[in-house]
Amino acid sequence: MVDADDRRRPPGSRFIWPLLALPGTVWIAVLFVAPLYVVVAILFGGTDPILREPVPVWNPADWDFTQFTYVWDHIVGSNPFFRPALIRTVVYVGIASFVCLVIAYPVAYFTARFAGRWKGVLLAALIAPFWISYMMRMLAWVNLLQTDGLVNKTLSAGGLFDVHVDWLQGHAFTVVAGLVYGYVPYMILPLYAGLDRAPARMLEAARDLGASRWETFRRVTWPLSRSAVMVSLLVTALPMLGDYFTNDLLSGSPSTSMIGNLINNSVLTPGQTGQAGAFILMILIVSIIPMVLYVRSTRSGADVMS
Amino acid sequence: MNSPVAWYRNPWRRPWVLGAVTVGYLVWSLLPVLVAVVFSFNAGRSRVAWQGFSMRWYYGDPLRSVWHDNSLHTALTYTLWLGVLATVITVPLGVAMALGLDRWRGRIPAGANLAVLLSFVLPEIMIAVSLLFVATVLVSPLQLGTTGQVAGLVTFQLSYPVVIVRARLLTIGRDYEEAAVDLGASSFGAVRRVLLKMLLPAIFASAVLVFADVIDDFIIVRYLSGDSSTEPVSVKVYNTARAAPTPALNALTTLLLVASLLAVTIGFLVYRLMTRGEKNAGGLDVFAGEA
Repeated sequence: MVDADDRRRPPGSRFIWPLLALPGTVWIAVLFVAPLYVVVAILFGGTDPILREPVPVWNPADWDFTQFTYVWDHIVGSNPFFRPALIRTVVYVGIASFVCLVIAYPVAYFTARFAGRWKGVLLAALIAPFWISYMMRMLAWVNLLQTDGLVNKTLSAGGLFDVHVDWLQGHAFTVVAGLVYGYVPYMILPLYAGLDRAPARMLEAARDLGASRWETFRRVTWPLSRSAVMVSLLVTALPMLGDYFTNDLLSGSPSTSMIGNLINNSVLTPGQTGQAGAFILMILIVSIIPMVLYVRSTRSGADVMS
Repeated sequence: MNSPVAWYRNPWRRPWVLGAVTVGYLVWSLLPVLVAVVFSFNAGRSRVAWQGFSMRWYYGDPLRSVWHDNSLHTALTYTLWLGVLATVITVPLGVAMALGLDRWRGRIPAGANLAVLLSFVLPEIMIAVSLLFVATVLVSPLQLGTTGQVAGLVTFQLSYPVVIVRARLLTIGRDYEEAAVDLGASSFGAVRRVLLKMLLPAIFASAVLVFADVIDDFIIVRYLSGDSSTEPVSVKVYNTARAAPTPALNALTTLLLVASLLAVTIGFLVYRLMTRGEKNAGGLDVFAGEA
């Protein structure tokens, strides 16, 4: 596309932009796109019978669907070995995302609308968890949730009650709470950005015209923030899908394992590499569908990032 | 007028409930970390009972303190080294890519743009596992260890400079660059002497973001680490958190936390200095990748 604007540029200007973009484009192509194809080639490839090492098959015409059907059969077939973990993933991620939203929305709303001169401090405190290593935040809870840890001590209220909950022994509640704790900060910021952009005048107008707080929220604030809510749900739910370490640290029991744990357990096991590929592809598909829907609904990819 | 009903009905009452939720959230989100930091100064071995203040787990203990335990301080210095390496590669690559993608039209740049977007939003485990397969199954120059880790981290972080610089390019507009060209600068000269100068704050902000994010990374660095010498702090924590560690682990994570917060605070102050006198240069939110 050569417009009038480009024509009066000095010679060479046509090549400078592709030249600048080239290294990054090659990097992404070689180290992001191509490796995803390697995953597919391994999933539809074979396994070396002696070494138990995966043998990738590059040509789609020669693809072998044994590993894929193996995983598929163990999800929907009569021996649904993988099914519980997948159902758990959906349930845990669903509940955790919802709880995240319930916590994040009021916090983001308060920060955007009422924080006043405390806004800077409040924002800094809300961003702080970003710069605290996720592992440190989980380690903090591992210590607190020990059987003789501070949580049980607090619940005992100084010896008034006798609380000895084994929080870390495979409780679904602990895992979901851990997910919420881990991912809430990632939800607050996009919500804040969206709510901060909502014109205060409209909210004030609604109140001036007699709407109650609840009605203002339901009929003005919420519709205005709907796309921010979508984005924030995406950016928290998608990483949760690949999470296995929260589960490992806070539960460590197969009774709470999710799809991330299935990947993590099979990826380094000889002969099961293809399974890991199947699960990875499953996450890819599940992640891409809502993203495509969202991009189409806003008609501008740039919005997804902000 | 002080009855609870009147108070509730007052349309302009202060939003106490929202305020309380926010304060409650902050306490819940930051207090556990604070407790972990406090216990890194515990005099005893316990991570649940306070036994007095000491620097034992930082340098006092001749065997298990961060200073004396080789595996712990190697993890810390290696984490910071990875942060520097990944930042030094990611930022120039990303800035050039942002400039190029902003002006280059066609299918290839559109595809590259989409791929960068995907690398940002797709779960990190996909990058990690696919590169792990490349390193272990194929015969390629990509080796487990520092090479693999840096390759993965750069791939995952590339979107930061791309997004931040492109957002800034949008606010700068083309006027300055066109003026430079009209005054006789070559395209390359205009980019180097006008655009890059104006982009400097955005470039700097993205470097700080990338560094702070890389030193907290876990998924990529774990799968692509070669042996225990290439295991950064996060992997160390993952491996030992459930195996009755000493407060030295708390001390190690506290040190990493200090490094992270220092980088972001200094980065933010320098950024403010660089954008002094500019309106709408962006405040704190730039530092959360919200540019």
